[in-house]
Amino acid sequence: MKSIFGKSKELEKNIEEYLDIVEEALLIFERDINRYLEGQYDLFEENLDDILTVENNADDILREIKYKLYTYMLIPEARGDVLNIIESLDNEVDLCKKVLMQFSIEKPEIKDFIVADFKELTKQSLKSAEQLVRGIRTYFEEISMVNEYVNKVHFYEHEADKLEERIKRKVFSTDQIDDFCKKVHIRHFSERLAYFSDLAEEISEILSVASIKRSI
Amino acid sequence: MTSFLFISSGLFLGWSLGANDAANLFGTAVSTKMVKFSTAALIISIFVTIGAVFGGTGTTETLGALGSVNALAGAFVVALAAGVTVYLMTCYKLPVSTTQSIVGAIIGWNLFSGSPTQLDVLSKILGTWIFSPILSALFAMVFFKIAEYIVKNCRIHLFKIDMFTRIGLILVGAFGAYSLGANNIANVMGVFTKTSILGSLQIGFITLSNTQVLFLLGGLAISVGVFTYSERVMKTVGRNIFKISPVASLVVVLSSSTVLFIFASEGLESILLNLGLPTIPLVPVSGSQAVVGAVIGIGLAKGGRNVNYKLLGKIGLGWVLTPLFALIISYIALFFMQNVFMHQVYL
Repeated sequence: MKSIFGKSKELEKNIEEYLDIVEEALLIFERDINRYLEGQYDLFEENLDDILTVENNADDILREIKYKLYTYMLIPEARGDVLNIIESLDNEVDLCKKVLMQFSIEKPEIKDFIVADFKELTKQSLKSAEQLVRGIRTYFEEISMVNEYVNKVHFYEHEADKLEERIKRKVFSTDQIDDFCKKVHIRHFSERLAYFSDLAEEISEILSVASIKRSI
Repeated sequence: MTSFLFISSGLFLGWSLGANDAANLFGTAVSTKMVKFSTAALIISIFVTIGAVFGGTGTTETLGALGSVNALAGAFVVALAAGVTVYLMTCYKLPVSTTQSIVGAIIGWNLFSGSPTQLDVLSKILGTWIFSPILSALFAMVFFKIAEYIVKNCRIHLFKIDMFTRIGLILVGAFGAYSLGANNIANVMGVFTKTSILGSLQIGFITLSNTQVLFLLGGLAISVGVFTYSERVMKTVGRNIFKISPVASLVVVLSSSTVLFIFASEGLESILLNLGLPTIPLVPVSGSQAVVGAVIGIGLAKGGRNVNYKLLGKIGLGWVLTPLFALIISYIALFFMQNVFMHQVYL
């Protein structure tokens, strides 16, 4: 039978691992989207398995965390909040996989004049998610810093929103794309990319409430 | 056998102390599932008994000085009157104190038997009633600020905080149980010390005096109260009365236990005497009121928000009503015991 010290350490490690995996998923996503936008389609397809592997690992660790949180009886006051945050964060990993698959299957035609905006949108949206992961780390280690990261999440979400709107306006006012369906298609993908930051903002609200509850 | 029959009222008082006051020690810990009830009950039982047997004499002497109940039937009535008062006050949801009811009941005996009430002892006791929740609030403010500083600045992982809190709750709960036993056993068994004929007891290398045997019985009665009734009280304490975090609960238990300890410790008294400092009177104080004081202390440390000032009013009301009820019940019951049941209630 493991001591409370051992159990506690084990769970701490699992959560660290999980957050590392989420960060890895975000990095893979950014790399693959950039490859797609730069027209390196073969390379994009070749490495599509990377995100599937990471997503599977994330699911395995999430299962382990859930099991241990409830069987080890650790942090009874905060475990509901911890589980809620971690499970919500899993949606970001799932989103990485889903959006990459959509790019692979639907192959949206991103014209040169909006590639830079798409890259910037991806960057800002993912930054929001990255700040969220950092905020979650501080929830465990340095509670007073959580709000600082929550504010950053809001900032990057706002930036992503502006870029999303900019892309839409450009696409629907240009003559370079004739087909209305293609315009709608691009709009859909810009929304998918911006959704990373929307989701991060939603989770950051949960995090913010959880951190207030954790104050002694 | 008669001796056992007469001390039954004291055992009842012990049972109610175990059911109610002991719940304060582990209320939040058990209701938040930080500590299992069985673990809490075992810790309380062991340490409350150790505290009662080995640390209970100081406060008993003070109660003895207030009124020396010298007949067994009289002692039975005094303890019973105190027990009934505790029950009645609990019905009115006042933070009831066994201490205040036993003091009232003893004064009732003094009045009935015509014995003088030592006013200097009484004023010393009354002073500690007012002083103990205030002291508990001050301790809580200091301990809370320290805990807050550590949690905010030392970058301790949530799981480690949880682990340290859990260990802390167990250690502080044990200290609290020891202090409760040492401070409050006088309320439960103090009135029987002059009349008990239980004799001494040899357990291994330890020889327990007549008084210690009495306190051992009292400790066991408290333990029975803990095991039979305190679980539901703990859950009420944790969920309804003090909805505070486990760390804050640790601070509450530590503060109130420290107050109980310093008003019961003969060791501390002799250290202060050796240093030429004024000593702290060894007086049984109310654990529940010390807890309320500590909760208010935390509220003040947080900036004075969410402080339930009504509770302060209730404490004040308890200071007046509890001894008064106990005095009246004790006086009337002594009359009945002497004139209806024909037992000698004083010598």
